[in-house]
Amino acid sequence: MGDWNTIAVPAQLPDNNIPWYTSAKKMSPSSLSIHVLSSPLPLSESTHSFSSAFCTDENIEQSLSYLNMELTTLGFPSLYADSKGKELHVVSVLNCMNELLQLQRRHLRTREEAETQHLKLSSDMDHLQNCYAKLKEQLETSRRETVGLQERDRQLQCKNRNLHLLLKNEKDEVQKLQNIVASRATQYNHDMKRKEREYNKLKERFHQLLMNKKDKKLAMDVLNYVGRVDGKRGGWRTGKTEARNEEEMYKVLLNEYEQRQKQLLVENAELKKLLQQMKKEIISLLPPQKQKPKEKAEDGNGTVNVLSDVEDDSGEINKENMWELSCDTVREQLANSIRKQWRMLKNHVEKLDNQALHVHSRTLNNSDTISREDHELEVERLQLEIQQCKEMVKTQQQLLQQQLTSPSDDDTSLLLKDCYLLEEKERLKEEWKLFKEQKKNFEKERKSFTEAAIRLGLERKAFEEDRGTWLKQQFLNMTSEPYKFEHVKLQSALSGSSDSDSPLTNFRSCQKKSNNLFSDICQTQHELAKSSSTLLDKTSTYRKPSQVKREKQQKILPSGPVASDDTYSLHMWLPANSCTEHLDNLP
Amino acid sequence: MDFSECFKLSNQLCRFSPDGKCLASGVQYRLVVRSANTLQILQLFTCVDQIQHIEWSSDSQFILCAMYKRGVVQVWSLEQPDWHCKIDEGSAGLVASCWSPDGRHILNTTEFHLRITVWSLCTKSVSYIKYPKACQQGIAFTKDGRYMALAERRDCKDYVSLFVCSDWQLLRHFDTETQDIAGIEWAPNGCVLAVWDTCLEYKILLYSLDGRLLSTYRAYEWSLGIKSVAWSPSSQFLAIGSYDEKVRILNHVTWKKITEFEHPVTVTSPKIVVYKEMEKSPAVETDKLPFPPSRTMASSLFSTKSKYEIVQLPASLHHVKPAVDRANPRIGVGMLAFSSDNCFLATRNDNIPNAVWIWDMQKMKLFVVLEQLCAIQLFQWDPCRSRLAMCTANSRVYLWSPAGCVSVQVPVEGDFQVVSLCWHSTGDSVALTSKENFCICYLEREAEEVK
Repeated sequence: MGDWNTIAVPAQLPDNNIPWYTSAKKMSPSSLSIHVLSSPLPLSESTHSFSSAFCTDENIEQSLSYLNMELTTLGFPSLYADSKGKELHVVSVLNCMNELLQLQRRHLRTREEAETQHLKLSSDMDHLQNCYAKLKEQLETSRRETVGLQERDRQLQCKNRNLHLLLKNEKDEVQKLQNIVASRATQYNHDMKRKEREYNKLKERFHQLLMNKKDKKLAMDVLNYVGRVDGKRGGWRTGKTEARNEEEMYKVLLNEYEQRQKQLLVENAELKKLLQQMKKEIISLLPPQKQKPKEKAEDGNGTVNVLSDVEDDSGEINKENMWELSCDTVREQLANSIRKQWRMLKNHVEKLDNQALHVHSRTLNNSDTISREDHELEVERLQLEIQQCKEMVKTQQQLLQQQLTSPSDDDTSLLLKDCYLLEEKERLKEEWKLFKEQKKNFEKERKSFTEAAIRLGLERKAFEEDRGTWLKQQFLNMTSEPYKFEHVKLQSALSGSSDSDSPLTNFRSCQKKSNNLFSDICQTQHELAKSSSTLLDKTSTYRKPSQVKREKQQKILPSGPVASDDTYSLHMWLPANSCTEHLDNLP
Repeated sequence: MDFSECFKLSNQLCRFSPDGKCLASGVQYRLVVRSANTLQILQLFTCVDQIQHIEWSSDSQFILCAMYKRGVVQVWSLEQPDWHCKIDEGSAGLVASCWSPDGRHILNTTEFHLRITVWSLCTKSVSYIKYPKACQQGIAFTKDGRYMALAERRDCKDYVSLFVCSDWQLLRHFDTETQDIAGIEWAPNGCVLAVWDTCLEYKILLYSLDGRLLSTYRAYEWSLGIKSVAWSPSSQFLAIGSYDEKVRILNHVTWKKITEFEHPVTVTSPKIVVYKEMEKSPAVETDKLPFPPSRTMASSLFSTKSKYEIVQLPASLHHVKPAVDRANPRIGVGMLAFSSDNCFLATRNDNIPNAVWIWDMQKMKLFVVLEQLCAIQLFQWDPCRSRLAMCTANSRVYLWSPAGCVSVQVPVEGDFQVVSLCWHSTGDSVALTSKENFCICYLEREAEEVK
């Protein structure tokens, strides 16, 4: 940025300078022009000082005229009202100033814009340069790679060529060796034959010698000859025996062949049966398809028509038990018909396959996806439901636990009931204790009341005695003074004594109230028990499917009276257990 | 399971008679005939030299003892102990001797396979068959004993001759398209003859009784071919074991391959049960040991117990790398046997010598693999049930049935290494032979049923 500034300032100069010079020539305010000329370079820095130095008290006129000239050259209206330049027109001056200021602002804005543009461009430039460098690098590496690959390719080709050469050599070698082997073999055979001939000659010679020599040792020494196994005597060798032997041999062969033929016949028959069955099945499978090709055939080709005729014929023969015939006559027909039917079946199956594929693809395209979505939704829903159910089960269990500090179990209900009763008893005991305490309190109160009553009675007695004495006195005094007043006082005293009786009655009512409260408590207890038992019933119905399991578990449980520890343990294992069961019960 | 006491024998000569009543064993010069049930000695015959081969006649009346070194065959009769017969092949020498199926003729092969002499016990007649071929299995009789097939070699070409056994008349004579016949074998129905070529080439030919070529089968070329061949008892399948460690099963109608069974080193399929024999030394209770240890005690102490365990799959089997530059390499399927009920096929791949593979022939799949601690010497199916007995040249005998398998220690004093075994014809007992002894192992029927 700094660079730009330094460059930009002199570049501006020439544009400004031209009018400067021209105006100077025209106006020639020597001091000013000198001053101006002397300060073109530090223009930007010293505008302030310059302006302050530009106009002084002495040269107002000159500066005005100069400014006027300058402005007129720049296209502003004249500063003077008249053309002679005597009277300063303030409005125009102000206008000019305003305009100048606006211009200045505009210039500044454009400059800013230019600067930002420049910044942007330079950053772009940087980026592009970077990109360029990177790409250059890439190009370099890829170039290197290609060179490497080319080198490898070349090497491989070289190798390949070598291998080809080797292979060729090997082949040649093999050929050579084979030739050698062959020649050796022939040589070996030749030698063998020669040797064998010699050997044979020797053998012959030996044999002759043996025969000529009449070997005395060559003999059989038998005590007596044994009979033949079959008991017959050996016959002479004649042409007859030879013929008989031949006959026998052929008989043996014939037997063998007959046997084999029989086997083959059986096999054949089975195969034929199979074939027929297959044919039947095919026919039964393809009644509608069979019609169509026939029609087609009638429409199109004569040969196929013939074929179908043939088939019909064979079908007729078939009815006349074709299978007993020799295969030769019907083989071709049979084969043809079978082949044709087979083809039809194949077509049919292919068609079906195609259809199935189509249907499948269609369903895949349309309904299947939806159904899958549905399915997923359903699954989600179900999972949610399961979750809910689980939660419900949990809360139920918690409630159960809260309600019954003793666990409830269907099969162990009796036992559990016992537990429950124990709990209740305990609670009742507590209640009872409370009640007893209350009673004690009441009793205390009663005692105090009775004491108070006794005291009262005593007081009363005393009072009565007092009264008696006082009455006596009064009576003694009455004969003379006011009798009426005394009577009223006695009345009030009597009413006051009746009032003093009320605390005891009060106590009684209080006792009654407490009794009521107790019964109330009892009732609530009872209701609680009832509700819990109903809950138990509910759970028992809920758990029925896994009763077998429970029974097993019951065996594990300690039977008989259950200690509090046991109840605790029961309590402990029940939730987990029931939870798993509920899970089992869930679909 | 009971074991008899053990008896001496030489050259592993121990044979049950075909009727199952007697048991013949050779001890040096002597031939001992025992009752198969009680093992009491019924007869004792003494031969002129050390016996090298014993064979019962088909009617269990005669026993043939061959002494190849002397070129002499002696025949003994069970019914007439006084009766004797001695056949001397003289300077021609003797390399093989066998009964004809009628039990009245003896076929002796002379040295160098010069000829086969047919001696009759009924008449004085002697017949010669010239040009027999020296090969693994050059003579084959049909199961009914009517016909004999013989591999021949004349003028550097292979031939097969078919004889009628009743009068030794040549029935058919035809040349085979083989380089060098390795063996011939009749189908159990007696109508098809399998002829296979030498191991240098994979080629098997099937001939009808009347000499027609029914089919030729070649699985591959150039590498070593057939190693073993077995017919199923029903004649329905022909199993061919070859050097490529596979068994190929041919069917009897088209003589084409039904399937092939591979014998890989690792068993991966989860449906297969792999039993592995595990050895465990018994825990010794030192305080219970008597001070001068008795012999049985000692033997039982030092012998370890073994039992089968089911191995987690995939299981890799112990295998031996064969020497490729040697002749007859130990590779490929060298032993094959169908069970008597056609249901199973037992095989051994020679480069996995400790394993027996049992294949289910109804599903045409591998059923069980048994891996032993030692190399399998021999296995043989029970002639009446699908039960396999195996021996591995140690002191144990192994039995497998579809229900499971057991390893049984032979409770005999001293060292008794079972190198061979043979079933009694009823399948109730097995004769176990070591190099110098034999004993009989009786299998209880009830136990078998329970198992």
